[in-house]
This record gives sequence, C-alpha cells and structure tokens, in this order.
Amino acid sequence: MADQAAFAEQATPFLEPLYAAALRMTRNPADAEDLVQETFIRAYRGFGSFQDGTNLRAWLYRILTNTFINSYRAKQRRPEQTELDDVEDLYLYRRIGGLEAASMGRSAEDELMDLFTETEVKDAIDALPDQFRIAVLLADVEGFSYKEIAEIIDVPIGTVMSRLHRGRKALQKSLHSFAVSRGLADDEPVTEPAGDDPTSGAAST
Amino acid sequence: MSDTHSHDPLEHVGPAATEHRCDDAIAQLQAFLDGELDEVTVARIEAHLQECSPCLEAYDFEAELRKVIVAKLREDVPGDLRGRIMSILDRLESEDADSADAPS
Repeated sequence: MADQAAFAEQATPFLEPLYAAALRMTRNPADAEDLVQETFIRAYRGFGSFQDGTNLRAWLYRILTNTFINSYRAKQRRPEQTELDDVEDLYLYRRIGGLEAASMGRSAEDELMDLFTETEVKDAIDALPDQFRIAVLLADVEGFSYKEIAEIIDVPIGTVMSRLHRGRKALQKSLHSFAVSRGLADDEPVTEPAGDDPTSGAAST
Repeated sequence: MSDTHSHDPLEHVGPAATEHRCDDAIAQLQAFLDGELDEVTVARIEAHLQECSPCLEAYDFEAELRKVIVAKLREDVPGDLRGRIMSILDRLESEDADSADAPS
C-alpha cells in the first residue's frame, strides 16, 4: 500500500504530460486545468489503494481518463460519435509521400514538420470523436501499450486496436485535407513520385 | 526484368509471393511501430523491409509522421497550475494530519 505523504513527490513529475493530455481531451485550457486538478485530488485520495511497484503513470492516466469521461464529456454537448468512415491504409503516404522526392536531401520528418502547423495537428486530433481521440493520444503521444490502454479505458484489447486503427486513419485524412486546402497536396493518390506526369507537375514548381 | 516493384507497395506488379509479403508488411505496419508484434513477425517484416524499398519508405513515412505529430502537440503548462496543485495537496495532507491528531 502506498504512503499518501509520498504522493506529491511521486505524482507531480507527471503534471506536464497529464496537462497536455487533458487539453487534448477537453479541447479547452480552463477545463484542462480543472481536469488535471481534479485528477490530482482523486489520485491523492485513492493513493492508499495504489499498489507500490505497479505502474503509477498508467494509474494516473486512468484517473484522468475516467474523470474526463464522467465529468467533462457530458457538459461538452457534442453528440457522441462512435463510427468513423473507413479509410484506406497509407492514406497520407499515398498522397504526399512523393513530396520528399521533390526536395532532395531532406528527410520525411523535415518535410512533414514544415507541411503541417501545430494548429493543424491539434485541430486534426481535436476533430476525432472522444473514444478514438483518447486511444490515439494514449498510444501515439503517451506511448502506452495496447494492454495498458485497455486497462486505462477499461475495454478489451481488440477494441483498443480497432479504435487506434480507425482513429489514426481519420487523423491522416484530416491532415491531408489541411494540406489540400493550402494547395500543398493533390486530392488524389499519387502512385509515382512528383514529376512523372507532366500534366500534373504544378505542385513541384 | 530485375526490378519487380513499382513505387506503390499496394499496387506493384511483382510475383504473387512478393506481393503477399508487401500486403503482410503494410497490414502489420501500425502494430510494428507500436512494438506489439512477436519476435518472429518482427524478424519476418524486417527481412522484407531490407529487400523492399517501397515498403521501407512507407514504414519510414509513418514513423516520421508519428514523431511530427508528437512534436506538434507539445503544450506548456500554465505558470500557476503546478503551484496550485501543490498547495491543494499540502492542504489535503494537513487536513489528514489534523483529523489523525484529533481526539476521538
């Protein structure tokens, strides 16, 4: 059993990532601060039942996620969307992967860093329905395993995998639409590197 | 014909066996990057990526995309949030101490 007096010392190092996750969940800085504060209060009160030596970080995210779902999601008045359109594999790669060929010597990471703004990436995440957004955040940002995520949100591993699969594809589709709206990508898949077809070379000039 | 791959791993015209390995690699891509595959599957995919540059390129793209998403989602914690939480925890601790000391 964990000693409550040791709680602050052990838990506060996770404040920054918890706040960032809370902000992506609530999509609102004031609610995010309240959510993190509430999470720390609940975690402090429950710390007596936390088993020393188990995963404190996952335990804190479980409290954060449950608190969000029970207290904040209800007041956001968004209809809960549980389906997402199915999107093909490699959706973004098939549409913008060829951009790397257009500028020699730059890595895919550099290209992608320049292609999307912070606001666009945040908007693309924020546009995901709650259950998909939470799964993607826990996996891609926080790096939790499927098993840990299943325990954090209390669903079977198969459900975690399906939410991640669909959520990531929907995220790629949103990101692509930003690139298209800024004239940086074509609407249709590019199966060959840019410049192969002289009639569609406008993007490489 | 020495190069049986086209640029797109999903639409190349190689022999059926190679095509199957590309389909397999793309189907496992997310689980591979998530570190959720068993050793045998990881070895099979790594072997395929060594000989299939279109699939390797797709893997690189997805891995880099994840790094970029994480980098763009960084947030600064509001200046006073840490202090506020610390003082709430201090208050809760002293309340606990008081109630433990109180005569019953």
